[in-house]
Amino acid sequence: MSSGGTLSILRSDSYAELSQYRDQHFRGTRYDQERLLRKSCTLYVGNLSFYTTEEQIHELFGKSGDIKKVIMGLDKVKKTACGFCFVEYYARGDAENAMRYINGTRLDDRIIRTDWDAGFKEGRQYGRGRSGGQVGCHTAWDFKGMVTLPNFFVLKEHRIISEIAA
Amino acid sequence: YLKKKRRTSEPSEIEERLESLICRVGEKSNSSLESNLEGLAGVLEADLPNYKSKILRILCTVARLLPEKLTVYTTLVGLLNARNYNFGGEFVEAMIRQLKECLKVNMYNEAVHLVRFLSDLVNCHVIAAPSMVAMFENFVSVTQEEDVPQVRCDWYMFAFLSSLPWVGKELYEKKDAEMDRLLSQTESYLKRRQKIHVPMLQVWTADKPHPQEEYLDCLWSQIQKLKKDRWQERHILRPYLAFDSVLCEALQHNLPPFTPPPHTEDSVYPMPRVIFRMFDYTDDPEGPVMPGSHSVERFVIEENLHCIIKSHWKERKTCAAQLLSYPGNNKIPLNYHIVEVIFAELFQLPSPPHIEVMYTTLLIELCKLQPGSLPQVRSSTENQAKKRLKRLNAFAKSHCILSFDRSDCLTQDLEKPKPKFVREVLEKCMRLSYHQRIIDIVPASFSVLSPANPVCIYKYGDESNRSLPGYTVALCLTIAIKNKASNDEIFSILKDVPNPNQDDDDGEGFTFNPLKIEVFVQTLLHLAAKSFSHSFSALAKFVCIVFHKIQMIAVLVDKMIRTQIVDCAAVANWIFSSELAHDFTRFYIWEILHSTIRKMNKHVLKIHKELEETKARLARQHKRRDSDDDDDDDDRSTDREDGPLEEQIERLQEKVESAQSEQKNLFLVIFQRFIMLLTEHLVRCETGGIDVFTPWYKSCIERLQQIFLQHHQIIQQYMVTLENLLFTAELDHHILAVFQQFCALQA
Repeated sequence: MSSGGTLSILRSDSYAELSQYRDQHFRGTRYDQERLLRKSCTLYVGNLSFYTTEEQIHELFGKSGDIKKVIMGLDKVKKTACGFCFVEYYARGDAENAMRYINGTRLDDRIIRTDWDAGFKEGRQYGRGRSGGQVGCHTAWDFKGMVTLPNFFVLKEHRIISEIAA
Repeated sequence: YLKKKRRTSEPSEIEERLESLICRVGEKSNSSLESNLEGLAGVLEADLPNYKSKILRILCTVARLLPEKLTVYTTLVGLLNARNYNFGGEFVEAMIRQLKECLKVNMYNEAVHLVRFLSDLVNCHVIAAPSMVAMFENFVSVTQEEDVPQVRCDWYMFAFLSSLPWVGKELYEKKDAEMDRLLSQTESYLKRRQKIHVPMLQVWTADKPHPQEEYLDCLWSQIQKLKKDRWQERHILRPYLAFDSVLCEALQHNLPPFTPPPHTEDSVYPMPRVIFRMFDYTDDPEGPVMPGSHSVERFVIEENLHCIIKSHWKERKTCAAQLLSYPGNNKIPLNYHIVEVIFAELFQLPSPPHIEVMYTTLLIELCKLQPGSLPQVRSSTENQAKKRLKRLNAFAKSHCILSFDRSDCLTQDLEKPKPKFVREVLEKCMRLSYHQRIIDIVPASFSVLSPANPVCIYKYGDESNRSLPGYTVALCLTIAIKNKASNDEIFSILKDVPNPNQDDDDGEGFTFNPLKIEVFVQTLLHLAAKSFSHSFSALAKFVCIVFHKIQMIAVLVDKMIRTQIVDCAAVANWIFSSELAHDFTRFYIWEILHSTIRKMNKHVLKIHKELEETKARLARQHKRRDSDDDDDDDDRSTDREDGPLEEQIERLQEKVESAQSEQKNLFLVIFQRFIMLLTEHLVRCETGGIDVFTPWYKSCIERLQQIFLQHHQIIQQYMVTLENLLFTAELDHHILAVFQQFCALQA
């Protein structure tokens, strides 16, 4: 009889478990993908406001540990903020804490959503919606005026993130 | 039907089902707790012939890990003992074995739960009262041991005293003379134990309106009051009372004589605590009255709520629900207790038991479940906190936006705790949001405390600075970098930067051009200022600079350390340098320093782990070879096999030693700089005849304490060096006191 056993009710960790979502564009078997997800330190973050900056992401997600990298999601065509990003931690435990305590909380007045990601690869920072935004995003863009988003959140302007050299 | 099912199920399934049945008893159910316990006792009794060891294991585990349901499970054991005397005896033996095991591996918090469980078994007629008293006599006699750390005696005292709310009455009724003797021995121990550590652990500076007592002192007052009330305790739920007629027929067991395991070099006892209080009977005048700070009810409620958090910290919704369903809701102001316990953990020194962000999210979940009452409790809490602030870390990290109504912040010197707190919180809020929003929501009268707009100041971008040396070079550089010029091209542009140190020669023929560095770095960072990612890819090889955007500094320093551009000691020296003196008390400085220390610690651990893994690989290799008798390789080939691994181990060993020495050096640098800074201040004050205790001084001393507390495990290794080299007797007593308080924590 050891002093180290535990009980299954105390092992419950539902927030840190894998969700049902699997990336359809993942190159590899389902098994491979799940293996990567289970040891990943990278989170996908969705439902961000188009205003939300990398610095804000850093500040919020930094609460669960040291961040290695943040990659902001971009509209494929317009290269503008697209409402999602990837956050990579150095340690899996820090990513787990983000899933437990930052998923489902508010940032810029929106409830953000986090999920495990198999790992960032070049190209995955672009939205896969037909118009270049996120899947499910409405197609009407207007640089001067209004933009409608999936849940009808209306913006007056949006910020443009540009690269250093064109 | 149940019997049939069982015969066809796998043993592991049975065990799971048993565990589930046992763990779920006591939860919300259509039947009463008594009938559920009765039913479960029947099922378990029937299973004893086949599953006795599993049932023993599960019951011992719930005793250790679900202390918030203590009395439910002692009742269950009581019922089982009444039906099967041998099982009761075996359970007690198993518990004692588990207790000894816990003490051996320094699991002291869990050991307390086991002791309390055993003592409540007296109430269930499983254990005879005199044998329990005898065990406590052995506990209390630990205080007579010589040359042992005080924290060892403290633990045994705590294990005894903290069981009394459950079993005091019964023990006193059966053995009043022995108990009186134990209590008077307790009193004399508590009088003579030293309390140097207390100031370091207190959160508030003043004792009004809520004194912060040392935990053993508080518990002692609570037990004394309980005794004065003739051991009447009315808060604890005792299901065994309903079964009194059954239980008092049962035969009791005697606890075997229990000798506390001796103190060893490897023993690590829990650190002392200070009880954090922020509410009393004056709060919530419309609801039930809060039990007094010296009532035993207060102790029991707080213990149970802490246990609930410990059980369910990973599941925030479950945790919130369990906290809110703690029994006694209409007799105690439960919401106030919950908030107080959460803040007690958040403010716990050296560090909270769980990651800080857990508590803020938990508070949000609680508010969701109790929208009417909890936010009011929280804002009353926040007002209180604002009034009496000493430690700001945990509070400031909350990402709720607070509403302020104390405008006397504005008239005070900006270094004073209150306005400083407001400023730092606004700064944090801004990091989570954006500058304009903060300006919009903060009332105009508070604008002096608003954070500055974090735009990057690039002096070479301003035309009015045309005459600055290096201005034209900066322009060329900007264009060159935008056009992705090669490194050679960039260096040739920089050659033209005049060197203000032209005439300086440090005698070794080595000069550097600070202006060249400044122009290059400023330009680079200006171009990269749009976001972190761009900054990181640009920062290939350069030293620290001072930059206006605070968050960027912290993140850039982090990156520079990780890419080994600078080492940790350099960052430490930079923090204490005169360039940062004006920002010395700002939070971000300390975030950077602690993050730097953490990185160093992680680095050491990582290499150490690599070394251990390689050693394990070598050991496995040996084992494989030894067990392979048919191997007729000669000695030379086995050496060849071992060669590369052994070399690797040697290299890693060196790496570990060098990393550990770097780590020690980092701490020494930090302590040395603190001592220099504080000594300067103290001397200046003494010669100038001014009061030492300026806000700056208080902040600085607290930051020094924070270094000790937050990294206490590592610093323990350096005690001898610290004592002999830095914190010597000649040091000013103000500074030396901090070191002595720290030593007292594990004394």
